[in-house]
Amino acid sequence: MGATRRGFLKGAGLATVGAGLGLPILDPARLAALPDGVRESGPLSRLAIVVDVDRCRLDGVRQACIEACERAHNVPHLPDPAQEVRWIWSETFGAALPDQVHAHTPAERREAPVLVLCNHCEEPPCVQVCPTGATWKREADGIVMMDMHRCVGCRYCMAACPYGARSFNWRDPQAFVPTRMDGSPYSDYPMRTRGVVEKCTFCAERLREGLQPACVEAANSVPGGQGALIFGDPTDPSSEVSRVLRERHTVTRRPGFGTGPNVYYVAPAGAGAAADRGGPS
Amino acid sequence: MDDRLRIYGGAVAVLAVLSFPAWRALGSTASGTRPELPLPDSAACVEDAAYMTAHHMDLLADWREAVVRGAETTHTSPEGITRAMSLTGTCLGCHDDHEAFCTQCHDYAGVAPRCWDCHVGGEGGG
Repeated sequence: MGATRRGFLKGAGLATVGAGLGLPILDPARLAALPDGVRESGPLSRLAIVVDVDRCRLDGVRQACIEACERAHNVPHLPDPAQEVRWIWSETFGAALPDQVHAHTPAERREAPVLVLCNHCEEPPCVQVCPTGATWKREADGIVMMDMHRCVGCRYCMAACPYGARSFNWRDPQAFVPTRMDGSPYSDYPMRTRGVVEKCTFCAERLREGLQPACVEAANSVPGGQGALIFGDPTDPSSEVSRVLRERHTVTRRPGFGTGPNVYYVAPAGAGAAADRGGPS
Repeated sequence: MDDRLRIYGGAVAVLAVLSFPAWRALGSTASGTRPELPLPDSAACVEDAAYMTAHHMDLLADWREAVVRGAETTHTSPEGITRAMSLTGTCLGCHDDHEAFCTQCHDYAGVAPRCWDCHVGGEGGG
């Protein structure tokens, strides 16, 4: 009987080693295929925004974009900055795109205000960590969507997002939603409750009706803001977004993270650099 | 002999107390009246009334999934009328007395749906 037991243990040990050698995660072919922001077979269609930093310099342009978004989605204005809910907001160029500045970057360029919003990443970390499927990447156009009905408020997505693009409703936001003079909200977009995470959805509800995102529409309607935000499909060579991506030097936020953002930035020309930028502008 | 009386008497008393909800409900009629719902005089509903009475919550859950997570946004009724899948837009567009039509019956049924926590608008919306 002792021999049988010994034989069983030896067999079990060998089987464990054998299984370990064949572990699929160590397969070199699989390692090579790990996401790198680029897929082997390109997506059918994508939606992207190009932010032209120089055209966003006017406070009025950025303010119009932010206000249009907040009115379209009933985004609350909370007095405590720690509880702030934001879909699109201003950062400095240096803070938003730290890979694009260095110790000798002129302050004028470093401090240039830029609009930031959800990047609708190709490899969204928020989607990978969501335990309920409340956030997901839409296959048809790549929008990273939110389903408030499924969000349980765990905030994993907020921890995972390297861009701070997600906000948590620490308290019931409805009393803090800006309203018209008569007290009615600006939009019939559904409100949120305490305990859910929200963010930009590239105005999925407006796209459905054939409209542009509210921020893009607002930028184009403000004097001096035309072309500050350009929206379209970068996989369509005839789109305006594709043209800008081809002709201008564009960058994304934190490319080293491998998230593959779909929000692009035309870097600011900086002091005195506008003249030698050359090309169409 | 005394014990037998006590045992049977006690058993009857216990049964009477345990079955109190049943015979109390049998005796009362006032609390059993169904709520009278105000019906809109406009066109037919998205599905027939009997189905809507029993399954409107399933239909709304399906609409929610279709609009938020799918690509479908319209519903075609048996009469061939196509409408947007929208609680506040389509449903409340006809059933405009929310208090009398929705709340009254939900109170009667003892349910507390959370739809209106967010879907507060009277028109459009989700």
